[in-house]
Parts: sequence; structure tokens; C-alpha cells
Amino acid sequence: MTDRTDPHERAEPPPSPAVPAGGAPDGGEIAEAAGSAAPGQSSTSLWRDVWVQFREHKGAVIGLAFLIFITLFVIAGPWIWQVDPADLDIRNKDVRPIYTWLWDREADVMWSRPLGTDNLGRDILANLMQGGRVSMAVGWVAMLLALILGTLIGVLAGYFRALDGLLMRFTDLMLALPLLPLLLVMMLLFRDQLRAAFGPEQGIFVLIVTAIGITSWMHTARIVRGDILALKEREYVLAARSIGTPSRRMITRHLLPNVLSPIMVSATLGLATAIITESALSFLGLGFPSDYPTWGKILFDSVERMERFPERVIWPGLCISLTVLAVNYIGDGLRDALDPRIRGR
Amino acid sequence: MLDAAAPAPATPAADGAPPLLDVRGLKMHFPIHSGLLRRQVGAVKAVDGVDFTIRPGETLGLVGESGCGKSTCGRAILRLYDITEGSIRIDGVEIGHLSQHALRKHRPTMQMVFQDPQASLNPRMNVSQIIREPLDEHTKLSSAEKDEKVLELMDAVGLNRAFARRFPHAFSGGQRQRIGIARALALNPKFIVCDEPIAALDVSIQAQVVNLLEDLQEQFGLTYLFISHDLSMVRHIATRVAVMYLGRIVELAPREALYAEPLHPYTQALLSAVPEPDPALARKVERVILKGDVPSPANPPKGCNFCTRCPKVMDICHEIDPMPRHLPGGRQVACHLYEDTKTTTDPTAAHKPGHSSAQQGVSP
Repeated sequence: MTDRTDPHERAEPPPSPAVPAGGAPDGGEIAEAAGSAAPGQSSTSLWRDVWVQFREHKGAVIGLAFLIFITLFVIAGPWIWQVDPADLDIRNKDVRPIYTWLWDREADVMWSRPLGTDNLGRDILANLMQGGRVSMAVGWVAMLLALILGTLIGVLAGYFRALDGLLMRFTDLMLALPLLPLLLVMMLLFRDQLRAAFGPEQGIFVLIVTAIGITSWMHTARIVRGDILALKEREYVLAARSIGTPSRRMITRHLLPNVLSPIMVSATLGLATAIITESALSFLGLGFPSDYPTWGKILFDSVERMERFPERVIWPGLCISLTVLAVNYIGDGLRDALDPRIRGR
Repeated sequence: MLDAAAPAPATPAADGAPPLLDVRGLKMHFPIHSGLLRRQVGAVKAVDGVDFTIRPGETLGLVGESGCGKSTCGRAILRLYDITEGSIRIDGVEIGHLSQHALRKHRPTMQMVFQDPQASLNPRMNVSQIIREPLDEHTKLSSAEKDEKVLELMDAVGLNRAFARRFPHAFSGGQRQRIGIARALALNPKFIVCDEPIAALDVSIQAQVVNLLEDLQEQFGLTYLFISHDLSMVRHIATRVAVMYLGRIVELAPREALYAEPLHPYTQALLSAVPEPDPALARKVERVILKGDVPSPANPPKGCNFCTRCPKVMDICHEIDPMPRHLPGGRQVACHLYEDTKTTTDPTAAHKPGHSSAQQGVSP
């Protein structure tokens, strides 16, 4: 009830005070809005409105700042911190991070190894940067792949009744498959061909990304299908049908924008799952080769000696969880910003 | 029955212009699937054999209680559903069984205004985008021409031009309905189905929207199928009124005749349910109160659909389904009471068998 009366009250006042409240307060725009060209400039100002609303969400802004920081850290970091992450400095193994000195004057610390070294003398800071590149790339690409697959299958199943049974049973089938044995078989079958085609690292990257992508789209597909089924019965879809809008534009214009929220949520969850699945695969020896660091692998390699060297678990763990959290908040803020009902407030 | 068929084609011809919309034997059955194999075990007969015509420029009011198939009928005519049976000719084109693809180029002729103005507008599109959609789909105008057309339409339905970039949630119910009407008008349609356009609005706004619809009808020469359960509003806007019960049209008559002298027992009951503002008069008028519920459209009674609740039910009503009879004055009624007295509209003659059967109905 309040939802209905509230916009009613806001829409009531005459246009003159309402226009500057909505857009930027410059005179030219008011004149234009009142004149003839008002609808033409909607696309640019729409994105400005989205940005204004996005900035309202503190968590999303902090998340975005952190994501930019961590992305710069892994991309530009190795140019500044020019230490080879694979370099074995066996004399300086098990060096503690520099801050350990604050409470333990006896600790083995070096200024040239700010985050210490591992049991083979590899620099942890350099490893975090190199590992972050791989983890982020795997996470984003696998998430996007799963998202596109899941949305496509969900939309097709929800919109076209004839495909529904077939696609949803296929989704059930994929959900019922045990993930790890499937990945194992995929690795065994395709590893050598892909290595030959793309080189050892790129080959394994393509394999891991595809494997994670095609085994994690099912939940997105189910959520999207459910929402499409509900939206399909809404009157604005009927109205579009009475106009004669063909199916493909019906989907892109009316259905997809309205299932954006659940897609966004499963995207942020998907990123986390992809990074963690990659770590699990590397841990089982199915992922990247052992001298090729990723956040997940640094984490798993250090678990055995976690009590003596907690920093080797904390730093990669923090990287993973903060990245996921940042993306989660950005998704949250973006979802609010893209919803005109919330943006209007 | 044979002689009843003769006046049918004669009625529209007598009035000169050929009908804009001609619906014959329209049936819309929704299958019911059940059991392990999802076999079809029956059908909800939402619309079960409806015939009517609408002449250019007229407004046909379609009234009836909830669930009688009014909205389904309106949607089926626009082929938002794939109809089960029947023929729909609009502007001389048979669209009853065209594929949705072939239908697309006939869509501009017919448009629809929906019941719930909130649900009929996509919340993610602004007013300008909503009104533009039909133009994007069916015209090859340049972007600037479309913008100009959108603003003209907003003027026509009484929306401020400055609101073009706002989203539907920022409007009141009446304004939203105006947006919906502007969208329906965008392609210069000849025929508009108004599916309870005022049911979700405040009473004060209802009059505004109905007056707008009337003004637009005059301005653009529109033809309406006005679906409503508000009998007084239909009396205001319609030129002819069709009364629907359980998927059938039981009575179709010019407005004045129908309200002055309803023939079908269901119409009589429906009109007597309209509250009378004068208490003295209200006490005097004897209301017809129907007993029981509407039967399920999945399992309609044998014989006349109304026989389970009719106060004037006769034996024949349980056996034979009454066919629509054409009576003088362009009236049409489907009731056994008028089988043998088709030439007379004298109420005493018509009601005589009714009273006797009602008394019979009480005793057993």
C-alpha cells in the first residue's frame, strides 16, 4: 500500500520543481526535457544515474576500490617487485615476514623478503602476485563461462516450453554427476591434446576454466528458469506479445533485465567457487604444475606447517576471501543501481 | 433454430458498414493434464463457443462475474493464446489460425489495454522506451521521428512531456494506465481490447480514464471491446453490451434495451445486484439473489450452463443447450424462455413460463 501511495505523492507536484530534482540542475537540460529532445538523451544519463546510485552503496564503493587495488597488485605488481617467484633461494628458506620482528626480535627476517619465503626459499610476495594473476583469470573466466551457459540454458528452458523438459533433465543429470571424478577423467582425456595445442600453461588454463565452467552452471540455470517462468506470465510480456515483439527481443528487452538480480548473485558466488575449485584441483595434482603458483595452491601447500608459519595461509586466504567479498559487494551495489525502483529513492 | 440463423447475417448488413470484428464459434479450452504420464484428462472451457460482431466505431461492453471468461475471450481475440476452435475476422482478415509469425504484420490493427497498470509496464523501461516499443517493432521511422511521435502520444493521453524519462514506479495508477493507453495507440490501431482498464484504479481516476478512452475514440475513430464487471461504467461507455456466463454469451443487446429490460434471467440477476442509491427505491425493488456457486468451467452442467442457479429453470434447461436467438431490435439471447416467443419482447409473455417453473423448482 505504501508502495503505491508513495510514488503517487511524488508524481503529483507540477513538473517545474520535479525536473531539477531528477536530473542535473543545469538550465539547458530542463529546457530540453520540457521541449522535444527529452527521450533521445536517455541512454547516457541512465548510466550516470546508475553511477550516482552505485556510489550511495558504501560497501560497493569499498569493494570496487579493493578490486581495483588487488587487480593492480597482481597485474602491475610483478613489474615493481621484480623477484622471480620460481627462484629457489635455498639458503634463505623459511624466512618470516618482516612484521614478525615487532614481537619476536629473534625471528629470521629480511628486508629483501617482506612477506618471507617458503620451505624452498621462494619469495612469498612474488608468489602471491603471480598466483593472483592465475587465480583471478581462472575465477573470472570460469565464472563468466558458467554464467553465460547457465543463463542461456535457463532462459531457453523457461521461455520455450518444448525445450523445458529436455534441458532441465540435462541440468539434473549434470547436477547428479560427481564433480571430481568427472574433472579427473576430463584432465586425463584432454590434458595432452590441449598442452600440445596451447602450450603447457595455457593448455592447462583452458582445461581448468572449461572444466569448472561446465560443471558449475546448473544452479544459475535453475534459478533463471524459475524466474523466467514467473515473468513470462506478467502482463507486460503479454503486452509485448500483443505488439508482436519476436521471441529474441522479448528475451533481451523484457526478460533478461528483470532476472538480472539472481544472475548477479550467482555470478558473485560463482567467482568464489571457481577460485576455490581451482585450488582443490591443484591440490589433487590435477591442476597447474607444482612450480606454477596460484592462491589456492599456496594455501594448500602451506597447510601442513600452518602452526609454525601462519602467514603462509593467512595471506593467500585473505586474498581469496577479500576478492570474493569485494565482488559480492559490487554485485550487490550494481543490482541496486540497475533497479529503477531503488534508484528512484 | 433454423429461422434464428436467418437474421444473423442480416443484422450487421442492415446497419450498413461491414463489421470490423467478426467472431464466430470462438472456443478457448485449456487442457488439464494429470497422472503419471501427464495425459490430458479434460479441459477448462474458459471460452466455449462465442459469437459476436463489432461494427467500426462502436464500443461493445463485455460484462460478467469473475471467472466467466471475459479476459480470456479478449486475449483470445488478439491471439495472445492459440485458440482451440473458431474464426476471428478483423478488418476482413481471418486471424483465427494464423501462425504468430504471420500474425505479426496484422498486430498494428489491434491492440490491448491491460487491467493492472502496474504489471503491464516493464519496471526496467522508462516511459519513452515503453511507448516506443511498438514503433521500434513495426515502423521504420528515424530515432528523432519516433521521439516526436512518443511526445505526441504523451500529449494525446494527457501526460506531461517532461515525464518521458521516468520509470513506471514513479507514477500513480491513473498515470500508468495512461502510459498503457499511449502504448496501445502508438501504431494507430483500429480496434482496442480494453481488459478491465479501470478495475485497478481509484473511483476518482476511473472516470478520468474512461473519459480519456471516449475522447480518443472520437479523435482516432477507435473501436473498443470494453471488458468490465462494472455495470454502471459499461452503461456509460458501451453502445452494445454482451453478458457472459461460464464461457458463453447469454445475452447481447443495445445498451438502452439491455438496461431497461434485461431478458435473460442471469442478466436480470446481474442488474438487480447493482446497488440502488435511493433507499426508498431500494426497499421497494425485489432483488434476484442467485444461490450456489458458478459451476467449474472444466465440468459445465448438461444443458444450459446457467441451469444450476437459474430462478426460472425448466425441465428442458437440464436437457438441451439453448442456442442464441435473434430477437427484434438487434437483441440476442440464449435462453429457452424465448424459444417459442422469439417475435415478442413483451415481458409478461416472456415471464409467464418463468414464474411457473420457478414455483415448480421450489417444491421438490
